[in-house]
Amino acid sequence: MNKRHVGIALIVALVLGGAGYVTWRALPSTEAQAAPLDLTRPGTLIAVSTTDQRVRQTAPSGTAGTGPACQRSYAAAGTLICLRSALPMGFQAAIFDREMVLRKTIDLWGTPSRARVSPSGRLVAWTVFHSGDSYLRDGEFSTIAGVYDLSTGEHYGSLEDFSATINGVIVRMDEHVNYWGITFAADDRTFYATMALAGRTWLVRGDLVARTLVAIGTDVECPSLSPDGTRIAYKKRVAGGWRLHVAPLAGFSVTGSAPSVALAEVLSVDDQPAWADETTVAYGVNGAIYAVPADGSGAPTLLRSASSSPSFP
Amino acid sequence: MYVTTPSLPGGTRAVPATVIGLGIVSLVTDASAEMVTAILPLYLVYGLGLGYLQLGLLDGLYTGATALLRLGGGHLADRWGRPKAVAVAGYGISALTKLAFPLVGASAAGIGATIAADRVGKGIRTAPRDAMITAATPPETLGRAFGVHRALDTAGALIGPLIAFALITLVAGGYDTVFVTSFCLGAIAVLILIFFVDVPGARPAVPIAVREGVRLLLRPELRRICLAAGLLGLLTVGDMFLFLAVQRSAGLPSELLPLLPLGTALTFMVAAIPVGRLADRLGRRRVFLAGHALLIGAYGFVAVGGAGWWVAGAALLLHGIFYAATDGVLMAQAGPLLPAELRASGLAVVQTVQALARSLGAVGFGFAAQAFALTWAFTGYAVALAAALGLLTLRAAR
Repeated sequence: MNKRHVGIALIVALVLGGAGYVTWRALPSTEAQAAPLDLTRPGTLIAVSTTDQRVRQTAPSGTAGTGPACQRSYAAAGTLICLRSALPMGFQAAIFDREMVLRKTIDLWGTPSRARVSPSGRLVAWTVFHSGDSYLRDGEFSTIAGVYDLSTGEHYGSLEDFSATINGVIVRMDEHVNYWGITFAADDRTFYATMALAGRTWLVRGDLVARTLVAIGTDVECPSLSPDGTRIAYKKRVAGGWRLHVAPLAGFSVTGSAPSVALAEVLSVDDQPAWADETTVAYGVNGAIYAVPADGSGAPTLLRSASSSPSFP
Repeated sequence: MYVTTPSLPGGTRAVPATVIGLGIVSLVTDASAEMVTAILPLYLVYGLGLGYLQLGLLDGLYTGATALLRLGGGHLADRWGRPKAVAVAGYGISALTKLAFPLVGASAAGIGATIAADRVGKGIRTAPRDAMITAATPPETLGRAFGVHRALDTAGALIGPLIAFALITLVAGGYDTVFVTSFCLGAIAVLILIFFVDVPGARPAVPIAVREGVRLLLRPELRRICLAAGLLGLLTVGDMFLFLAVQRSAGLPSELLPLLPLGTALTFMVAAIPVGRLADRLGRRRVFLAGHALLIGAYGFVAVGGAGWWVAGAALLLHGIFYAATDGVLMAQAGPLLPAELRASGLAVVQTVQALARSLGAVGFGFAAQAFALTWAFTGYAVALAAALGLLTLRAAR
């Protein structure tokens, strides 16, 4: 056997080894077909399992259903949005209805970051980010946040196309502005989101019909509107990362800081929180989902290990 | 395995098998590297649960300077007289790091070290590889040889992300399949290099002091190249800025932003060989300068803006040809001027000067873009680049 034959043999071994590994991993797992998700069942938690990236529904009694594989998901009122990778090389938002039938896919142009569904189940929102456009300095990401209306088919591709104002001053189109973390009000028209401009973050109130964004607060990232529509849970930048806070919506102003309370979680939380009920806020940290009281009291409790993207249908 | 090109003056000439072989090694390696780059943010955030803040720090590390390592790789290749051995080590290190990713898990320090090791591998292999291409090719067809190499290299970079996305879509959460496949490809590239790429006879090792590499800069012809590459590099806008500006000024939806680099890469891939041949015929310095003139055209389209797809297409086309006219062509220009025993060191010096100048240029542009409107910053860079080109052309004419 000459030198070239050795080379060919080694290359063939690597090709076979790699192909074998991928084939083995691609084979469907042997676990029994689990029940589908029930997107309207109260008292359950829907989240993405970090072990196989499948959406799983858990009731206090245990696993209640299994859904598609997603990087990020959110469910409300019979609608599930699932942000996932899609061929040839990109990502999509897959939207499922209450029968868990795939109703719509929307191409996304970046890595999934946040997902949300309006309380009625009619609107879905996503945020994706590009690491490639971090052109201001390392660690600053460009994000795209968009909304889709399931009832009209209207595709609000990017909040950058809305007209935004801070204190009545219009944000110019050529300024580097970023939006992320949309959360919806009950009227299926009003929403809130983070706007980042010139190193600061703002809480903006958006209007889907007028296509406007108005800054109403400062230092707010990844807002989440409480079920009664009166409070915002959000992450606030502090030394060493972010701390979850809750503040009344009426308390925000663009000139001062809101009368907020810091929640009991002391770890840095980089997630868009989700309200489990009127008094409890859930979030992902360190690869697990926890909940804390929304009034700053108490301590975090573990809701589910090895999971992310909490939602409470 | 020969690619023949007819009717060059002097009859039919083939691109040497060594160049094709090194091109295929680069193709497979780039596919291996880019498939990991494509899914790394996803893996860190969703596979490991790292926050974006940590991701940002790693991102900075990933794009950090490989300049010194490049000089070291070039120096060792010359010192030992064995560029292939140094290149094998460089490709090998990078291949092994792909298996390190699943092993270090969610440790940010471990991931940082893995990424750094991968960059070490890339840094040390580049100059020896270009020295091998130079040694294997008759000087008069070097432009074409580098064109063939860069075309294959870019093809690999385009294929890699496609493989990665196919894998994670096929296997939910299957980041491990991406790493294993990337390792297999990287290892296959090393095997191709070891067993199938013959390089012109290794020279006996000569004791070369680091200082001799530095002394290369005293040679007037090399100094001229470095000065030109450095000056023009300083006036080169970072790629991401250009893509962002193209999207904004042409009024394209921001969702298309990630696709714009593909336009440049595809043009680079297609244009690399013809532009390399043109450089052989017209003179490499001339084509190198002409490439920057095309870049001024691209800045102009961005600064003027409007007309949507048409402007974006023209700007990306010019940007891709700019790369084809400057990346391999610069190596083809410098290679024949260097003594064989110091070739890898010399090419490393030229590459480093260009890379450092371009990074400084990108940083400078960042400040300019923050101080003025993006279009004004582009106008300013276009004027400055035109002035620099004029200066260099006058100097050459004298």
